[in-house]
Amino acid sequence: MTTTTSPLPDGLAGLPLATTSSARGDFVSEAEVRWCPGCGDYAVLAAFQSFLPSLGIPRENMVVVSGIGCSSRFPYYVDTYGMHSIHGRALPIATGIAVARPDLTVWVVTGDGDALSIGGNHLIHALRRNVNCTILLFNNRIYGLTKGQYSPTSEQGKVTKSSPVGSPDYPFNPVSLALGAEATFVARAIDSDRAGLTEILHAAAAHRGAALVEIYQNCPIFNDGAYATLKGAESGDHLIRLVDGEPIIWAQGNRGLTRDPVSGALSPVDVAEAGIDHIVRHDATREDPSLAFALSRLSDLTARIDHTPIGIFRRVDRPTYDDVVREQVTVAGDRQEAARALQQVLVGPDPWTIV
Amino acid sequence: MVDVVTLDRIIIRFAGDSGDGMQLTGDRFTAETAHQGNDLATLPSYPAEIRAPQGTVPGVSSFQIQFADHDISTPGDRPDVLVAMNPAALKAHLPDLADGGIIVVDAGEFTSRALTKAGYSSDPLTDGSLQGRAVVAPDLTALTVAAVADLGVTRKEATRSKNMFALGLVTWLYSRPTAPTEDYLTRRFAQQPAVRDANLAAFRAGHAFGETSELFAHRYEIAAAPMPPGVYRHINGNQAMAYGLMTGAHLAGLGLVCGTYPITPASDILHELARHKNHGVTTVQAEDEIAGVGVALGASFAGALGVTTTSGPGLALKTETINLAVMTELPLVVVDVQRAGPSTGLPTKTEQADLFAALVGRPGESPVPVLAPGTPAECFDVAVEACRIAVTYRTPVIVLSDGYLGNGAEPWQVPRVEDMAPIDPAFETEPNGVSASGAPRHLPYRRDPQTLARAWAVPGTPGLEHRIGGLEKSESGAISYDPDNHETMVRVRAAKIAGVPVADLTVDDPSGRADVLVLGWGSTAGPIRAGADLLRQGGHEVATAHLRHLNPLPANLAEVLERYDRVVVPELNLGQLALTLRAVFSARVTSLSQVRGMPLTAHDVADFVANLEMESDSSPHETSATGRTAA
Repeated sequence: MTTTTSPLPDGLAGLPLATTSSARGDFVSEAEVRWCPGCGDYAVLAAFQSFLPSLGIPRENMVVVSGIGCSSRFPYYVDTYGMHSIHGRALPIATGIAVARPDLTVWVVTGDGDALSIGGNHLIHALRRNVNCTILLFNNRIYGLTKGQYSPTSEQGKVTKSSPVGSPDYPFNPVSLALGAEATFVARAIDSDRAGLTEILHAAAAHRGAALVEIYQNCPIFNDGAYATLKGAESGDHLIRLVDGEPIIWAQGNRGLTRDPVSGALSPVDVAEAGIDHIVRHDATREDPSLAFALSRLSDLTARIDHTPIGIFRRVDRPTYDDVVREQVTVAGDRQEAARALQQVLVGPDPWTIV
Repeated sequence: MVDVVTLDRIIIRFAGDSGDGMQLTGDRFTAETAHQGNDLATLPSYPAEIRAPQGTVPGVSSFQIQFADHDISTPGDRPDVLVAMNPAALKAHLPDLADGGIIVVDAGEFTSRALTKAGYSSDPLTDGSLQGRAVVAPDLTALTVAAVADLGVTRKEATRSKNMFALGLVTWLYSRPTAPTEDYLTRRFAQQPAVRDANLAAFRAGHAFGETSELFAHRYEIAAAPMPPGVYRHINGNQAMAYGLMTGAHLAGLGLVCGTYPITPASDILHELARHKNHGVTTVQAEDEIAGVGVALGASFAGALGVTTTSGPGLALKTETINLAVMTELPLVVVDVQRAGPSTGLPTKTEQADLFAALVGRPGESPVPVLAPGTPAECFDVAVEACRIAVTYRTPVIVLSDGYLGNGAEPWQVPRVEDMAPIDPAFETEPNGVSASGAPRHLPYRRDPQTLARAWAVPGTPGLEHRIGGLEKSESGAISYDPDNHETMVRVRAAKIAGVPVADLTVDDPSGRADVLVLGWGSTAGPIRAGADLLRQGGHEVATAHLRHLNPLPANLAEVLERYDRVVVPELNLGQLALTLRAVFSARVTSLSQVRGMPLTAHDVADFVANLEMESDSSPHETSATGRTAA
């Protein structure tokens, strides 16, 4: 769907323009925020509420849908339309909203348990269908609301209340999973990096199709410091910021990635040794997902997050499910015409009349 | 020329291998019969396997039709005519054939190999075991192959047309018009001229064979049944359900969004709806049952009418989302085309054992209106009413159809859409309250004092932004853990559903002197009516009544129950309505229950009631699993 006059990006095509400007305060609901002190969710909520006015669309055309879990309380705090639904089931509900209403922007807030465990099936299908919605996957690698069991992104061997001798589960890598599920937009952000998160939110909103944004989020109660390596003074040595068209480098430009021409695997190298011309350039828009996938494998959630790409892994165009569904559906003119058309269906091709 | 005998009704069963096209043959014969103006009822029966082992008894598929010059209500108990396309079909269905019935078989299929496969040790066509039946055994396969020899189709394609040869033969035998089937074949195979021509040739050859072969002693006629003036068509329950949902959405001025997952025997509702995207119908074939109902609920939240279709195993999976719809008080229509369970059960066979699941099968206090159609055509009316209740009361509504209704067909007097009352979704457009600070705001759980329906504001409405969800809320929409609020909300949700208006139960008691009431619900309507007819013909006085509304129940039900000395409740389960009536009304009821995957017959009902009347024992009523006895 394209509108020639609208300044809105493709992801928001079909929405009306806001007639008045708004500010963060307009998106703060009356509800008292009840996350634990120090929870990473606060930072994401603040970044989100601050970002929404910049979309330039009316508040009433925004819908936030969530499942169950700590992060899924999110919709109550955002003064738009919203639904706090069922554990794992936010995406089917979001799909129903997106299919029914091209004039809404749909945001899904979910967690690692909600999206990857109980709702795993819905996540992969929403991604492959490319439903026009943005999925914010808060990954704290632990079950918080049920008070501290291991999650599908917890590292193997993790000791929790439900795994006193270590979790036997091998974890998902959410970015790898999304790429495998044919996602058209996959990104990763960190709760405490407001600028980076906001930039990704903009890109995700502009994308027409399912956008998965994994947000590394700290749980100070049950999994504190899970991402400490990526947040402290040393984070520059570990965080790889992906910039389209630029060589993939970090650690003040000292480290970079080269790619094995045979296996396609990426290796961290000293840029000085390898030469900047041999460093891989990032291009999220490549149809072929293998570079994006190779990037996703750099940070291995079984333990190692010492080379962690942040930013947009993949951003490609593909018709969205809801647009295709709507193109197939038409309505016959006005109400009277619709009634006549319906009457014809009821009568069918083979009626008989008794006088 | 053979002479023509006039009958008042006849029951024919077509049976063959599941690849023989018996369902199509039955459908076409039904269309011809509908055109003839007879009243009719059908019973398709097929195995769960798409191509069960060829030539075996478990692989037999059948289609039964009863048609008459008068009002009938069931596909009949025992067929008068059995068309058996192979030995297995004969073996499977012969026991049901009425005494003195006609058997038409394809002699070409009675090879020693096929006989062995079907479990015959000798050929029933020659060993005398069919004595007392009129057996007509032409080599249908060879005749068909000869009839289409010049049309350039393969032998395999030629053989596949033999169902049309058989149809042509039976069409002749019962003096049905040929045009509806010829028109159908021309339309259906327009893109495959060779197949079209082969089928047409086989059909015509079968018809001509009846005329010229002199195999039959008589030809039969059944006059049209008197019906009120109007436009008619024949329709099955799944089709009628789809049309009812479309009409309900139209009357409400809402888009229809069906989120669903294929499941036997409900899938045909999806198939029908998917054909009508040009009428504003959106179908989403979701990744699973849970996603299907989730899509429907999301669509309702967004201001469409969300519906979902399923059968027992799927209803179990949708439970949590139905509860979310109860809590968020959003419209949702859940159609359960029941099949024999539990679990996968008998996927293609009928049962009524999801009543408890619909009434009380959800965790928490979760009241939901429950409706059940009694006949295939009634699925339309019930679907429209379900949409009306769902939209007006902002609630999920469960419709209990079943495999028998879904696949069974009958004539339907087509109603006029413009005569139907519109449904008002009554969307909120202005703030309906004020916030703590006195500013105008939307209170999502403020209710209509009459209906107790909550205010429904859809996204896109400025100033009415709000959040709903599974957590208990106060009137303002704020999460509330307040004990008094929860008590109030639980009771209000219950009162809202209890207040859904339901028509009084009408009792059919022609003499007004009956002591026994036969009270049913759902697809037992036909057998109960036909059973009562048998009883009355035998001099018994019996009253009948049928519940379309299972929740809430009609207000006059208590009074009706008290009026009769004995109340018999026939059900295709182990007595779920009976137990409900005992629980709700302390009623003394006798359960007639049967769970054979097949509908009750008229005789099942009549014999049960007649036996009951002969008993003078007044000891407490017990129910047997087979329903044949009541102590």
